[in-house]
Amino acid sequence: MSAAMPGDEQTSAPAAPQSGAPATLPVQSWSPGEDVIEVKRTPAPGAARGTWRTFRETVRGMKTTLGRMVEAPTTVQYPEEKTAVYPRFRGRHKLHRFEDTGLEKCVGCSLCAAACPADCIRVVAAENTAENRVSAGERYAAVYEINLSRCIFCGYCEVACPFDAITMGHDYELSDYDRADLIFTKEMLLAEPLERTPLRNEGD
Amino acid sequence: MTVLAQVGFYEAWWVQILKAIVIFAVGLQLVPVVLLAERKLLGRFQARYGPNRVGPYGALQPLADIVKLLTKEQFRPTTSVGVLFAVAPLISILTAVAAFAIIPFGNVQHIFGERVGLYGVDLSIGPLYLFAFGAVAFYGIMLGGWSSGSKYSFLGAMRGAAQLISYEVSQGLALVGVIISAQTLSLTGIVTAQKGMWYLIPQFFGFLIFLTASFAETNRAPFDLTEADAELVGGYNTEYGGGRFASYYFAEYLNVLVVSGIVTTIFLGGWLLPFGIHPPGWVDPFVVLFKMSLITFLFIWVRATLPRLRYDQLMSFGWKVLLPLATLNALVTAVLVVVTH
Repeated sequence: MSAAMPGDEQTSAPAAPQSGAPATLPVQSWSPGEDVIEVKRTPAPGAARGTWRTFRETVRGMKTTLGRMVEAPTTVQYPEEKTAVYPRFRGRHKLHRFEDTGLEKCVGCSLCAAACPADCIRVVAAENTAENRVSAGERYAAVYEINLSRCIFCGYCEVACPFDAITMGHDYELSDYDRADLIFTKEMLLAEPLERTPLRNEGD
Repeated sequence: MTVLAQVGFYEAWWVQILKAIVIFAVGLQLVPVVLLAERKLLGRFQARYGPNRVGPYGALQPLADIVKLLTKEQFRPTTSVGVLFAVAPLISILTAVAAFAIIPFGNVQHIFGERVGLYGVDLSIGPLYLFAFGAVAFYGIMLGGWSSGSKYSFLGAMRGAAQLISYEVSQGLALVGVIISAQTLSLTGIVTAQKGMWYLIPQFFGFLIFLTASFAETNRAPFDLTEADAELVGGYNTEYGGGRFASYYFAEYLNVLVVSGIVTTIFLGGWLLPFGIHPPGWVDPFVVLFKMSLITFLFIWVRATLPRLRYDQLMSFGWKVLLPLATLNALVTAVLVVVTH
């Protein structure tokens, strides 16, 4: 294989007279690709030309900043305005019930706790009885706690759950004054969450 | 016998005291306004709002800042030199206030039967007075940085010293052209000499050089190497907090106002309006304040635009570009004045 490939003439030929390279130099042996744009370096300016160029570029820069000034600010005024989240945004967890029977979907299998890399889920299972039927399965979660100060919002619990009992919600306003307040119990996770977060469609 | 300098005109002593109070009451109130304007405008230049939480449209933000700074603890590093550490911000603020005294807001007016000049004092050596205090202001930065006993402060102060000395030369030379043309050193004299045409047009290069040197003299971007947050934390004021930091801050913005006033007086025709409009005398201060606000806007605009210079670029720009240009400007003006007269 010779040094010159068919594509080389096209990319390097127009650049050669501008860069002032003699025509006898070997053509570069690899093609950088069609989308690579060659940046021409300007010659080092002398004192007068450099001063002029500095002045010109300064004026150009100031025109740019003034252009930003007449545009509307892009700031989101956070507590009043909120950034809309996507449907698959992973916020605070939610536990679900069956809509028809009202029974909890969680059967206390602890697969979410096993999948959790941050080890923030604690499940204590108990047997359903005839008079106290909590979940649809044999067992139910007597204790279900998520320590949100440890949770990394990876969504593995959601993936691990065989009954879609736990999903990631959209709430991201989770700050609190006390670490103990960040341990969410089953009742808190089951409660219909305040939809505080605007939602946007997948494509937006 | 003239002790310090001759003045063009002076009033009764009680008028002078009243005048001083009014000028500084107005002048010092402008500082928080400039402070807020800078933060709001910087925000707008960067497509954000700037402070808008405290008061309507964030108008009380400077007040909140000042209250916060003044209620803070006064502390100093154990390595600092106590007296100088306390005195240095005062030098900065004193020189800025003193320089404010010579900005003319209008000519001599008749107010309640008294003839009152709308300026602190009309010295026969106006620009020299300015440069004298500009040179003393350097001690504020130098002593503040050195007495902090911290390497960042010290580096900032050293940079400040070199920078202020370098750019003072060009700043002075840039004014020589105007002084030759006006043939007076009195600032009111320079304004009245611009009746036909503002010196902005015949002395355009002088204007640019003076403005650029003024950016360096006031330690503003792109010449804010004394503060250089990125590499020196806060430069000469790294170790300052509370009221002393507020003093430095105040002095910086007052210096911006002073330079705006001087540029207005010397290049933008002071209280004169173009196209032969002669408003009544009470309009003059507002004309000056309007022109000052334009220059202050330019200061903020440049700060929003230009990145900080590298130290060697700063030095070579000052000595290799600005100084020759200023000298050339003075020489050409001198030759033209001699030829045309």
